[in-house]
Amino acid sequence: MQNSIIITKNLVRSFIDGDKETTVLKSVNMEIQRGEFVAIMGRSGAGKSTLLYQISLLDTPTSGEIVIDGVDIHDLTEDERINFRLNNLGYVFQDYALLPDLTAVENVALPLLMQGYDKESAYKRSVEVLDQVGLQGKYGNIPAKLSGGQQQRVSIARALAHSPAILFADEPTANLDIESSLLVLKIFKEIHAKGQTIVMVTHEAEYAKTADRVIDMKDGVIG
Amino acid sequence: MERNNLKNKNTNRKIHNVKIGYFLAYRQLKHASIWTTSLIVVVMMLTFLNLVVVNGILVGLIQSSIDASQDRYSGNVIISTLRQKSIIENSDEIEKVLSNLPNVTDVVPRVLAGGSIESDYRRLLKEGETPNKAQTSISGIVPSDEDRATGLSKYIIDGAYLDNNDKDGVLVGAFLVNELTPVDAVGFTQLRNVHVGDKVRITVNGNSKEVYIRGFLKSKINEIDARVIMTQSELRKLVGRSDTNVSEIAVKLKDGSTEMDGVRIKEILSANGYDFDAKIQTATEAQPKFLKDMKSLFGLLGTLMGSIGLVVASITVFIVIFVNTLTRRKFIGILKGIGISSKSIEYSYIMQSAFYAIVGALLGVLVLYGFLVPFIDAHPINFPFSDGILYAPLRGTLLRVLALFVTTIIAGYIPARMIVKKNTLDSILGR
Repeated sequence: MQNSIIITKNLVRSFIDGDKETTVLKSVNMEIQRGEFVAIMGRSGAGKSTLLYQISLLDTPTSGEIVIDGVDIHDLTEDERINFRLNNLGYVFQDYALLPDLTAVENVALPLLMQGYDKESAYKRSVEVLDQVGLQGKYGNIPAKLSGGQQQRVSIARALAHSPAILFADEPTANLDIESSLLVLKIFKEIHAKGQTIVMVTHEAEYAKTADRVIDMKDGVIG
Repeated sequence: MERNNLKNKNTNRKIHNVKIGYFLAYRQLKHASIWTTSLIVVVMMLTFLNLVVVNGILVGLIQSSIDASQDRYSGNVIISTLRQKSIIENSDEIEKVLSNLPNVTDVVPRVLAGGSIESDYRRLLKEGETPNKAQTSISGIVPSDEDRATGLSKYIIDGAYLDNNDKDGVLVGAFLVNELTPVDAVGFTQLRNVHVGDKVRITVNGNSKEVYIRGFLKSKINEIDARVIMTQSELRKLVGRSDTNVSEIAVKLKDGSTEMDGVRIKEILSANGYDFDAKIQTATEAQPKFLKDMKSLFGLLGTLMGSIGLVVASITVFIVIFVNTLTRRKFIGILKGIGISSKSIEYSYIMQSAFYAIVGALLGVLVLYGFLVPFIDAHPINFPFSDGILYAPLRGTLLRVLALFVTTIIAGYIPARMIVKKNTLDSILGR
């Protein structure tokens, strides 16, 4: 098994607005090791979220190479990228990104069902992970009936339920109060201790200290 | 072997995508606003009714005329004189054969004669004044038999029906009276200012008889409303006929009989050689060509209008699903982000569209057969030439349900596909 789980080579991401081309990522080269907890930090506009979107396959780079868990993602079709995300990656978004029509347990179970779990096993596993993030008894609540902190924990449970190779978190504490933020970071620490690779974008230096390593982004390059 | 495995894998994947699509669609519908869902379902129901009712009323206009003609005049089979003949030879024999056939419920013989009816004939005409007279066909019937078979007495709009022994009474069809059916056409004459109880003169082949108007008839069937009707025995006396032959025989079959049953009766009569004595036609064959043409034309018009309705419905569904997917674009992005396949997401919207179409069409069918059809049957729309019914045969209705279903699914699929194809990150970030 390779030890580097994420490798980027000369990664460039540009956006074209009319005649103007803005390059947000300028030839980023980076490696993240399996089981590592990495925080990507930087000011607003530094390119940290854009970098996360590239390595988490949510966006396509303008040029450069990304290899995740030994797979060159350049060769993947859109459907293969979706499938790759399903089986290998987990996401925690800043605004929780839960599906409003689904209960907490359904939100968590959905990727498992998509993976082919039967309903009973998917719900059983979902309840286990919800318990793990401290949401006992909230299984049947729809997101609107949960607090921001609880929603973020459902989001973490969803990201972890299918045991992804890498957990990506984009400003996971940005919308939370301190107490909820610390709880989220505590969960990250716990799962990292069990060997989970985590890549987290944050602008809070204090929270970044939770990680093993901090990657500092400045004007589209790693500082 | 490997190809089979691949095929099975693809099939399993499709079924799996459908299952996930159902999981999402069910929950979206469950949590959707009841008002929005109801509104869409009502739109679908109205669209379905528009598809069926517009066509049904247009065709029903003609169909009711056809049904009424069969019910009130021709029966399932009508036997009339050959060209150049005034009677049906061997009428008695034909009637006897018909009466012995198991499916036949009524055999209604009629004697017909061309003639005129005249009022005010005792008064001297002023200069330039035309006689109050109408050319007509005079029909001799056995009143009780005719009424049992065709319910003729129900169409008396003024006065009373004839009884079997009436020696000097006639019924006058509404087309012959200007006050009842005003017709202003060159060469067409009508009686004016005549009333029940008035004395009128009937002339056939130069023989005249003074009779009283017992009543006026309005059945919306040309063959009845343009005739003067009297008892068969009196008409025979008037025309000086001593034989028992008749000019027209209407044959009614058991309720629920079809055109094919009529064809069988015709075949039996023809097999006995009676087609040399008379013209034998089923009710459909006896329909005037213009009526058949109008039925086709109205059907075509109805289908055309229905098709426009279908296009409007598909646009409505398209807009509804488009707005729905657009407002849910972020969640579609999230679904793709967490690894839910595009197909599953598309299926979820197709299933929602199918739900709207099925529930809308089901409600439409309930309203159609539970209310509209029986109501309009009981209270026909009063058109001048027919009592308009809503003609909605089940087969045609099911075809329209299918058309609505397919159109709705396509209209639901296109916007879903459009949104699903968008960049995942752009959808999540709302860019």
